[in-house]
Amino acid sequence: MNLTLYVWRQKDANDKGRMVQLQASGISEHMSFLEMLDVVNEDLLKKGDEPIAFDHDCREGICGMCGMMVNGKAHGPQDGTCLCQLHMRTFKDGDVLYLEPWRARAFPVIRDLVVDRSAFDRIIQAGGFISVNSGSAQDANAIPIPKENADLAMDAAACIGCGACVAQCPNASAALFVSAKISQLALLPQGQSERHIRVRKMIEQMDREGFGNCTNHGECEAVCPKEISLNNIARMNRDQIVAKVTKAS
Amino acid sequence: MKLDAKIPAGPIAEKWQNAKFSNKLVNPANKRKYTVIVVGSGLAGGAAAATMAELGYKVKCFCYQDSPRRAHSLAAQGGINAAKNYQGDGDSIFRLFYDTVKGGDYRSREANVYRLAEVSNNIIDQCVAQGVPFAREYGGYLDNRSFGGAQVSRTFYARGQTGQQLLLGCYSALSRQIGAGTVEMYTRRDMMDLVLVDGRAEGIIVRNQVTGELEAHAADAVVLATGGYANAFFLSTNAKGCSVSAAWQAYRKGAAFANPCFTQIHPTCIPVSGDYQSKLTLMSESLRNDGRIWVPRKQGDTRAAGDIPESEREYYLEERYPSFGNLVPRDVASRNAKAVCDEGRGVGEGGLGVYLDFADAIERMGEDQVRAKYGNLFHMYQKITDENPYQVPMRIYPALHYTMGGLWVDYNLMSTIDGLFVLGEANFSDHGANRLGASALMQGLADGYFVIPYTIGNYLAAKGAGFAGTDHTEYRAAIEGINDKVNSILSVKGQSSVDEIHRKLGLLMWEHCGMAREEAGLKKALSEMPAIAEEFKTSVNVPGSPGEFNQTLVKALRLADFLEFGELMVRDALERSESCGGHFRLESQTEEGEALRDDENFAHVSAWEYKGAGETPVMHKEPLDFEYVKLTQRSYK
Repeated sequence: MNLTLYVWRQKDANDKGRMVQLQASGISEHMSFLEMLDVVNEDLLKKGDEPIAFDHDCREGICGMCGMMVNGKAHGPQDGTCLCQLHMRTFKDGDVLYLEPWRARAFPVIRDLVVDRSAFDRIIQAGGFISVNSGSAQDANAIPIPKENADLAMDAAACIGCGACVAQCPNASAALFVSAKISQLALLPQGQSERHIRVRKMIEQMDREGFGNCTNHGECEAVCPKEISLNNIARMNRDQIVAKVTKAS
Repeated sequence: MKLDAKIPAGPIAEKWQNAKFSNKLVNPANKRKYTVIVVGSGLAGGAAAATMAELGYKVKCFCYQDSPRRAHSLAAQGGINAAKNYQGDGDSIFRLFYDTVKGGDYRSREANVYRLAEVSNNIIDQCVAQGVPFAREYGGYLDNRSFGGAQVSRTFYARGQTGQQLLLGCYSALSRQIGAGTVEMYTRRDMMDLVLVDGRAEGIIVRNQVTGELEAHAADAVVLATGGYANAFFLSTNAKGCSVSAAWQAYRKGAAFANPCFTQIHPTCIPVSGDYQSKLTLMSESLRNDGRIWVPRKQGDTRAAGDIPESEREYYLEERYPSFGNLVPRDVASRNAKAVCDEGRGVGEGGLGVYLDFADAIERMGEDQVRAKYGNLFHMYQKITDENPYQVPMRIYPALHYTMGGLWVDYNLMSTIDGLFVLGEANFSDHGANRLGASALMQGLADGYFVIPYTIGNYLAAKGAGFAGTDHTEYRAAIEGINDKVNSILSVKGQSSVDEIHRKLGLLMWEHCGMAREEAGLKKALSEMPAIAEEFKTSVNVPGSPGEFNQTLVKALRLADFLEFGELMVRDALERSESCGGHFRLESQTEEGEALRDDENFAHVSAWEYKGAGETPVMHKEPLDFEYVKLTQRSYK
């Protein structure tokens, strides 16, 4: 199949950037979306042009490195699917695709479709952990954890930190990302000691990074490739209130 | 070059205790005077960086991805082994040790493997304390599953995302230290060179992918945890950015490279489709717990799987290996898949595939139970192939997955260069000629959390704090060398793309140095490789400039190292004329077609020493002594 692409090209952070029209020719329906871009890039190279920069690594939907807006939707049209797991059979011959980088003030563009997501790392560094040193743990089976809680924690822990939630949110809020980590640790007995201070610190850092507030649009959940639930945001909000009341520090 | 494994004295169960006691210590207040560089932020590197920072060392950690949370350790699906014996099925440290040595076809070092089994239990404790949501039973206790090469159930898992969850646990520990200011984290950096001052590893040069700048970093010691080299084959299950580059720079500076030909071909990957394919996707080995592998008995049978009656199917692993059945080790499963496909009984397009069938499991446990156990794997399979594995059997084929070879290290994980330590997949020590499933995560975390924090102290205490700064001539010379390399690649502006050349190398390696190897083929590969390297030198097309975000340049620099490395791998495969584990020489097989070892001539580690560009490397042998595990012909019948 043949497709027309409009791709965001931006040389570096200081460049203004623009949409550029490109053709993707001879695309097989079995290709992944990124393999389609590989083909386009090989064509560009042959013509002496610079290929489109885009982030990717594992290409099996788990590392969270890839991601871009495809016709206004983060990771493209298929629900619960990372861009690298999206296959061209989702599209048809003659389709026109608009490819843009994640759009959020907290994710500045590095080049073309590549953005800087280090703000996510700094939020985790502020408190997204349980403070336990290597070697000081008790036996793993010493604390039974109800399967239901362990499963809910796992649901939240499945977040890959790709940033699609932020990119899709009209407020560019990081609430889904932050609440997923908060929920995972709040659901487990090991996470209780630091439960409220963790909420306070992570949310403070989230605000400092320039992410917007959550106003319950739910678009984050709709595009999340790992289908992280909005319930996590409710859990975060409740813990935040408790943290305020108890002045957790 | 002298290979001294520095194995501690005493019975095997006491060696690690003895080593920990006799190691010199760095006083807690003095630890902050030492700086350690850690390259790589996966399970081994991330765990090492976090733990050493907890101890009080100053740590600088580097990764090529945009965040340490993305290291490729996270792609491991199935699980992590530990000798907890929670199932009460007769597991023990000794059994895990024994299974690992046997699974590795007796080409690993006993003392290292025993230590690995010994600390495996601490890993599970540590991860649970960090909040890793391992699977649990209804009573709230940890669940286990079975994996290949073992007859006990000792694998802990977090759905099909065990690697991800362990890595995120490790990343959280690392993040805690970064937040505390004890680890300086550098992302989007590629290691370009290792710097030696007076024979000691004291620093590295990295290239900042965003600005193109070459940055020098100095420290008291350097730790490499940079993963394996499966991407030499272009198509593998490794992430696109995985490379041999860091290990290769170390090799060029004098670190011996051990057993480079020991590569693992994973039996359950989604078959290749089309020549545009950029990477291969693994389906976890855990699927072999419940899936049954079969091919049609007849050659060229093109009927749909459902139309082939039971009597005309060959469940070849169950028939040939009744006691292990579908759970034979990876090398055995892979070779058998190749054999039935070579007989013309493969399924799917091109005939390079076998069925992995869940019909019986669905009938036995119900679809819901199967979904609960393997849902995300089935989902992934369906996305890639557009086939529903709940209704039709999966098609699988072996693919390059893991590399057991790596930089040679002694018991303390130090390479042949003083002050250069190597952890995880990047070293060679624990898996011999074949790694058992769910042991990679175990080794990465063992090295990072529980081994290097003890052994590095011994080196640092003896050496004393302090190192030459980055204005030393060695750093300047290294930077100059890299600039020349970068500029020469950029100045070619030829007609061949980096990927085209890499595919050629990969195809040659897969054909002659893949699942089955023989002298003539290996020699052919050696003779054809220089032409590919020459094509790279004279006609690679890398656009743009060095001082910008240039992904093609990054790829080209990695390929340059693979091109040199490929030759070493083939040379090693040629030299080792026995079969063992994943290294299968057609000339050396039993009557039943199993790998036939030659213990008399090859019970050793082959450690290669670099002798300069264009020179033939020299091989040194570290003999392997087996005191506790009896060398036998492996049998999984």
